[in-house]
Amino acid sequence: MTVHVVLAWLASAVAAGTPLVFAAVGEIVAERGGVFNLGVEGMMLVGAVSGFIVAVHTRDLALAIAVAMGAAAAVALLLAVLTITLGADQAVTGLTLTLFGAGLSSFLGKPYIGIPSPVVFRPVPLPVLGDVPGLGPVLFQQNLLVYASYLLVPAVWAALSHTRPGLALRAAGEDAATADALGLNVAALRYTGVLTGGALAGLAGAYLSLAYTPAWTDNMTSGQGWIAIALVIFATWNPLRAAAGAYLFGGVEALGFRIQAVGGTTPSYFLRMLPYLFTLGVLLVVTMRSRRPGVPGNLGRPYFREERYG
Amino acid sequence: MDVYLQDIRKAFPETVALHGVSFEARPGEVHALLGENGAGKTTLMNILAGLYQPDEGSIWLGGQRRRWRSPAHAIAAGIGMVHQHFKLVPPLTVHENLLLGVRGPLWLHRRRDAARVASLAREHGLDVDPLARVWQLSMGERQRVELLRLILRDARVLVLDEPTSVLTPQESQALFATLRSLARSGRTVVFISHKLEEVLRAADRITVMRGGRAIATLRSQDARAADLAALMVGRHVTPPQPSPPPPGAPVLEVDRLTVPGDRRPLAVREVTLTVHAGEIVGVAGVAGNGQRELAEALAGLRPIASGAVRLDGRPLERATVRDRIEAGLALIPEDRLDVGLVGEMTAADNLILKSYRQPPLSRRGVLDPRAVRARARAALGRFSLAVPAEAPVRLLSGGMLQRLLLARELAEAPRAVVAMSPTRGLDVGAAADVHRALLEAQSRGTATLLLSEDLDELLLLADRLAVMYDGRISAILKRAEFDRPRIGLLMAGGAA
Repeated sequence: MTVHVVLAWLASAVAAGTPLVFAAVGEIVAERGGVFNLGVEGMMLVGAVSGFIVAVHTRDLALAIAVAMGAAAAVALLLAVLTITLGADQAVTGLTLTLFGAGLSSFLGKPYIGIPSPVVFRPVPLPVLGDVPGLGPVLFQQNLLVYASYLLVPAVWAALSHTRPGLALRAAGEDAATADALGLNVAALRYTGVLTGGALAGLAGAYLSLAYTPAWTDNMTSGQGWIAIALVIFATWNPLRAAAGAYLFGGVEALGFRIQAVGGTTPSYFLRMLPYLFTLGVLLVVTMRSRRPGVPGNLGRPYFREERYG
Repeated sequence: MDVYLQDIRKAFPETVALHGVSFEARPGEVHALLGENGAGKTTLMNILAGLYQPDEGSIWLGGQRRRWRSPAHAIAAGIGMVHQHFKLVPPLTVHENLLLGVRGPLWLHRRRDAARVASLAREHGLDVDPLARVWQLSMGERQRVELLRLILRDARVLVLDEPTSVLTPQESQALFATLRSLARSGRTVVFISHKLEEVLRAADRITVMRGGRAIATLRSQDARAADLAALMVGRHVTPPQPSPPPPGAPVLEVDRLTVPGDRRPLAVREVTLTVHAGEIVGVAGVAGNGQRELAEALAGLRPIASGAVRLDGRPLERATVRDRIEAGLALIPEDRLDVGLVGEMTAADNLILKSYRQPPLSRRGVLDPRAVRARARAALGRFSLAVPAEAPVRLLSGGMLQRLLLARELAEAPRAVVAMSPTRGLDVGAAADVHRALLEAQSRGTATLLLSEDLDELLLLADRLAVMYDGRISAILKRAEFDRPRIGLLMAGGAA
């Protein structure tokens, strides 16, 4: 009985943590390239609403995901043009895009509030793996997007640390002037990072509106984009650690629901606050332990080649 | 490969850096580009390396006219440049840095790539650990990584910007031997320098630049140092003449000071020193024998283990940086831009960083911009500095940065100054200005502790000289006892 409860909780921790995995890994890719994307929350919302609308009209989940990722990447393109090409302040631009994404998604989603999606991602237990005692029900009785995230995390980790393009992206984020002098195209690398990050934020949003809580509600990301940004620091820009952090956060969030479900007397507002409180606590500990570990050297700094003076 | 730069002109928003410069270098030769800071040497070479676009003029390589749209094009054509600020990414390893920008398979094989780097390094006598992270390496090692990169990319034209500014004399000799062997293998080697002796010693031909123009090209066997100096400066530089006043009362007293280090437990061990008013005490030593830690401990930037520091009899060893400044202690740090000045701020703002709390600069916590500008103008005028007031100072040259720093630190006649390698990387003119400023402060009674790796500088300025070895002061010599061989022996740890 107790084991069953714990396994169910862990399974829902994974389900709750998955959007954070997508968003945080995407943010890591953008930041490793040197661009601070504070627009994650807005990009998630744009992904959530556009994916949902496409699903309602076409009943095609693959198309819905593609559109969600594309729409969020389009918002990310705006960030890229403003910050990389025009050198606008990254923090301000990102904040603006979060507000823009919230407004745009709210506007587009108005007619779709309260409509159930005709198609959703349902759990697909994997043949053999799903039957492994303990691990199976937690990890392998999930939906396809969760499985995709299992592949994404090690893939991004390996791409960053073991491939030539990954090395180039890191160089652009650590020291853009050096990367440029070595013949790397800093702007192209940074665009790639930002667009990848945007597309993954869109995927995170679509996960929310098509799999986790399949419906559209205003501001349905409820700050998860911000948590993802915090997770990146907590994970010291490492995708594997970011995934671990995302599931931890998911676990705390799921714990709140569980306590409510079994009729605990703790106020629900307090329970909903828990994950954020937890994130703050973790950030506090991590930053106190070491001074800004692993920050890409040129994070947040625009790069222009001929900026100098006599 | 023959290099020919024809009538290159380049203007920046505030200045014209190059007024139609022509330059040529041949395969097999070591060619020096000699000139003062701001002569346009680096700009010219950055154009050859594709980092800047020329406004006019053309680049010929092996008889063909070339145009670079980016550094990548120049690299592909066989141009390789070692910049003064190394183009290495510190958190990455040596072999990762060497792979950057090189075409190859998608996947990196750490062990195989490292082994390849190691064997190439051995072949060219450029010893370096391929798996070390660059931030862990000394400047000499970083330069070897840069050279390895050029060899790895099979550069036919090698350009080095001020390659010896970060090297010890022994390392410089080894570098020039490597450059000579690279030239002998048919490569074209160009190095930028402002040091006459090394240019005469290491180059086959010398092109002198001044004020954005190429003044002359000479074979080094036909050139004499005095002629080169005249061509380079365009005027006669008079070295300042020290005329020390009789020393006054003790001002800065250091008593058995012991300071922990970063890499070893104790960097400074029981150092005792006294600097009197109007006296310059030099500290000589090979880099890394505790000089930097001593300077930082005196300035309050590094905690001490034990001992005492007094300024005018007042104990300072537990005082905050601000208290030390207010007690009249000034610091000229080794690293101008990281510790001395705020790169993103303007010259005017940098100049008031220490005094902004006092009227008339601010009243009740509100800055008066007119007073700030007036103060900045006065300080810039006193040191005859032509610095754009509104540009961030990180865009200034090293000489300008140092003059700006001195203008701030020496403006208010400090009681004592701790100066750390104040002329490192500066040209003749700027170095003479720095020496003049230090001597002027001395004549006004400032007690100066001058830590330097440049023995000539110490012998010129110091009234007394302390030699530091392994964290200890091994001897303190009076001016009459200054004797190069003896000092050299002490610096190497020998007994006096």
